[in-house]
Amino acid sequence: MAYKNYILVCAGTACESSKGIALYEELEKELKAQGVETEAQLVKTGCFGFCEQGPIVKILPDESFYVKVGPEHAKQIVSEHIIKGRQVTDLLYDKEQAAGSSHDNIAFYQKQQRIVLRNCGVINPEYIDEYIARDGYAALEKVIFEMSADEVIAELKASGLRGRGGAGFPTAIKWGFTKNAESAQKYIVCNADEGDPGAYMDRSTCEGDPHSVLEAMAIAGRTVGANQGFIYIRAEYPLAIERLENAIAQAREYGLLGDNILGSDFSFDVELRLGAGAFVCGEETALLASIEGKRGMPIPRPPFPAVKGLWGKPTVINNVETWANIPMIILKGSAWFSSIGTATTKGTKVFALTGKINNSGLIEVPMGTTLREIIYDIGGGIRGGKKFKAAQTGGPSGGVITEEFLDTPIDYESLQSIGSMMGSGGMIVMDEDDCMIDVTKFYLEFTVDESCGKCAPCRIGGRTNYNILDKISKGQGTVEDLDTLKTLAQAMRKASLCGLGQTAPNPIMSTTHYFEDEYLAHINDHTCPAGKCKKLITYTIVEDKCIGCTACARVCPTSCISGEVKKPHTIDQSKCIKCGQCFEKCKFDAILKG
Amino acid sequence: MSMIEAEINGIPVSVPAGTTILDAAKAVGVKIPKLCYHSDLDAWAACGICVVKVEGSPKMLRACATAIGPGMKVITHDPEVVEVRRTVLELILSTHPNDCLKCGRSGSCELQDLAADFGIREIPFEERVERITPDTSTGSIVLNPEKCVKCGRCVLVCQEMQGVYALEFIGRGDGTRLAPAADVTLNESPCIKCGQCAAHCPVGAIYENDQTRIVWDAIKKSEKHCVVQIAPAVRVAIGEAFDLEPGALTTGKLYSALRRIGFDAVFDTNFSADLTILEEGSEFVKRVTEGGVLPQITSCCPAWTDYMEKYANDFIPNFSTAKSPQQMLGAMAKSYYAEKAGVETKDMFVASIMPCTAKKFEVSRDDNMSSTGFQDVDVALTTRELARMIKQAGIDFNSLPEEEADHLLGDYSGAGTIFGVTGGVMEAALRSAYYLITKEDLADVNFMECRGLEGVKEAEIDIKGTKIRIAIAHQMGNIEAVLNRVREAKEKGEETPWHFIEVMACRGGCIGGGGQPHGATDEIRKARTAGIYSDDEKSVQRCSHHNPMITKIYEDYLGEPLSHKAHELLHTGYHERKIYKK
Repeated sequence: MAYKNYILVCAGTACESSKGIALYEELEKELKAQGVETEAQLVKTGCFGFCEQGPIVKILPDESFYVKVGPEHAKQIVSEHIIKGRQVTDLLYDKEQAAGSSHDNIAFYQKQQRIVLRNCGVINPEYIDEYIARDGYAALEKVIFEMSADEVIAELKASGLRGRGGAGFPTAIKWGFTKNAESAQKYIVCNADEGDPGAYMDRSTCEGDPHSVLEAMAIAGRTVGANQGFIYIRAEYPLAIERLENAIAQAREYGLLGDNILGSDFSFDVELRLGAGAFVCGEETALLASIEGKRGMPIPRPPFPAVKGLWGKPTVINNVETWANIPMIILKGSAWFSSIGTATTKGTKVFALTGKINNSGLIEVPMGTTLREIIYDIGGGIRGGKKFKAAQTGGPSGGVITEEFLDTPIDYESLQSIGSMMGSGGMIVMDEDDCMIDVTKFYLEFTVDESCGKCAPCRIGGRTNYNILDKISKGQGTVEDLDTLKTLAQAMRKASLCGLGQTAPNPIMSTTHYFEDEYLAHINDHTCPAGKCKKLITYTIVEDKCIGCTACARVCPTSCISGEVKKPHTIDQSKCIKCGQCFEKCKFDAILKG
Repeated sequence: MSMIEAEINGIPVSVPAGTTILDAAKAVGVKIPKLCYHSDLDAWAACGICVVKVEGSPKMLRACATAIGPGMKVITHDPEVVEVRRTVLELILSTHPNDCLKCGRSGSCELQDLAADFGIREIPFEERVERITPDTSTGSIVLNPEKCVKCGRCVLVCQEMQGVYALEFIGRGDGTRLAPAADVTLNESPCIKCGQCAAHCPVGAIYENDQTRIVWDAIKKSEKHCVVQIAPAVRVAIGEAFDLEPGALTTGKLYSALRRIGFDAVFDTNFSADLTILEEGSEFVKRVTEGGVLPQITSCCPAWTDYMEKYANDFIPNFSTAKSPQQMLGAMAKSYYAEKAGVETKDMFVASIMPCTAKKFEVSRDDNMSSTGFQDVDVALTTRELARMIKQAGIDFNSLPEEEADHLLGDYSGAGTIFGVTGGVMEAALRSAYYLITKEDLADVNFMECRGLEGVKEAEIDIKGTKIRIAIAHQMGNIEAVLNRVREAKEKGEETPWHFIEVMACRGGCIGGGGQPHGATDEIRKARTAGIYSDDEKSVQRCSHHNPMITKIYEDYLGEPLSHKAHELLHTGYHERKIYKK
């Protein structure tokens, strides 16, 4: 059946939450109402990545890239584009985009290379045929019928693929351990318990291309001798769960999962296990405990799961992004994959680019891309023309990267050497208005809240450090507190049981190193240079400038501003909650923040 | 077994594969400090005190949970390691109540020892102690989560060793708190009061409900006639509280200490253990010869009884109706002895000294425990409580003279004393069952197949052609597999795998009970066990039916085993209990 047009509607979570579903339904209705439902096929796709501009609609074959599309635009898209063949210029991201020219040309996409996200925004993730049409399950077929287990591992080894969960452990070695472990029962596990604040790489992959994960897990099963896989995914990812469940059902129906896959002697099946959203369950031993129905608490490694994992059996556990790379490596070869990236780190990395950036969204870049390229070329620079201060990678386990390191080519080693880490791919950009103590406090609050409570250094040390940061942010800190922060950070790093506790002090280590001045300003001068720490801000009204318009008094939520009309007002400091609304409201620069 | 060659602090070490760094270090005289680790349990690896450096590893590793590998170079002590340990210790202390003087574990607290070793004089961190009201609901053990260091031992003991699943961690992060699962009270939980959590707790977060004041008060009252009994396992363990070696047999000193404390009569639970054998042994012979429900299962362990009533009440018909020796002695003291001594039952006060916290629960577990109209036993104290009473009374335990028990309910055979170890009840029963069935005595009374720390022991005993298959389980978590085999055979209509099963809730039996002096390990359990068997061996009579005072009590008072009077005083019944009361 040939359609004249294909209307791809982003059904990723970000677009869905900005009325993407209503838009889809409206388009469906309009196609019918205007009698062209046989001429254009509506396709729900995964994330296009350009979330800043969502909801996104792309129309094929013209490649018209429409952004910020609402349900109200459905009628026009159908009547103009589908019926009359005229682009709706107003909705184009690039108003100059000629029909038929690829949206890859727009700056946001130019420096990206999509391997993991190859199918996101391209196929309808709800139909296995679309995945198959893009060479889906061909890698599995190759592994079953043309490759030995050793050849698969050799190919992975040559590709240089390293685990994308954060630490960058070579995937081939991990698989090799499990393959060589003697056990009648082995397991394959997909870690989809993405939990870094602001990160949604794995979620988008599961939503936009669920079969890539299933295919890769089956490849691993064939390679190491496992017949059962589990995907551990947080229950608060309902769309990803729905798509994965749907994909599993379709793969079973097509004989791509289940007994005797593709008529071979290889059987493999996958089940979902839903996590309750505890961050620590992203730690692999805690994750496995949770699958087993136990409290999600880490246990010491070694032994590593590859040798002794789920129910004590050898288990390959990789995260979503690692899995999504595998079919491509098998199909296109290790030489192709290893040609991308840096000396130590091959392939691409998906980042969730957020913060004070113009183009926030989901991006995939070759390893070795610099932070400057990501922030300025892809991200379009800092929002509102403000000054870049730092970028945070690695989420709560990472550190800040300052201006001087913007040209560092990103890989596992380079990020570590500058006190941050790759992590799973969260990247938060901060500008001059962000206070480093406030940011560090935010991450510590997160890890303190998410600590499982098992080991003493993390359970107690985290809270003690948070409380010290809180003191400093209120101007009550001492220079000795800075030393205590560092002492505790060292003890937590060295004596915590799992990665959560070992890396939780990283934000402290990093910010005290690069932004010690800012700490000292809070401690010695009782000021917050970024003007973020509420306890250290005072708003005052400059008598000379105040004309008594009463705008500030009207907006003040605690009614702490008083004064007669047309006469200078005053702020009652005892009632002021430092919300800053008066400051924003005043048109006469009569309110001072300091 | 392959050996691993490695180096610890430059000292070559050769240990079997699988040995942890902690144990390997011990082998070359290096003591690595620890808090959460206990040799009974899989390493939980929580505290972070035992961290060491391993060449090539970017992070410090936990010595308790890391197997030493070939060629591994370990540094257990250098300024950096010690500094990290100190910081972790200071962190733990920053959340621990600073009230050692009022703590029952002062002097036997593993955290206190660490603080002393590290010379902690002040805590450099903000101190945060969460105030939590202790849970006293069971009357046997007290949970005081405020003092908990989250080492995980109690939870592992309760779940893995005992299979009870009463205790769990609630909450997470620094809100993590020890509590009964589902946050009910301990009494509403499946807790069987075995007290193994208390026995394993390194600090004062779980302890026995101290009832010594009740006993002191009774002794003070002139109208009360106070008698006391001591359980078999107490005599080989209480010495540890007075710096004696584990297993030191202190029976005579105990009798004399109890008299000095002020008891009017000093009896021995070993006597009523002999009585139990006559009742329970006769019951068993009756079941075997008359076709009763088999296997018969022992009932002298109250924690096991509680477990059975909650988790395995399909076995109620299999349970021996004989009361435990503690209860039998109480019942005889308040009837037979009261008559002989001319004391009114209402004025009798019976205290018992037990290695056990569940015995506190047993004294009032149901109406059958008050066979004279008054509680058979008024108060059960643990070994630890008695040790404190002895100290309070100013008694120099180690220089006490050896005395004898009061004879009426105090003389015992070797069979009575081995009730204190796993397999002992079975062995004692077999010694008399042989006689009851054959009317002959054994040439060799030792049943070696009943002895040892193996979790489940099985044997077939040939009693002159009658084959008796037995099973012995100790450490509560081992019992379910035994019960399941019985259930399976029953479902399939096959013959029961065993005729007689002995169960004790604690590892090693009562010598490893939840009320014994702290610090029990298998090494200590073995020493205590050896003490018990030495008591057996030096006994003039090795079989319960040869105890002349047992013969006398039947002649004087009870008639014969399983008589109507014996049933009234010495037997009980069982009923289902809900696992969760709420």
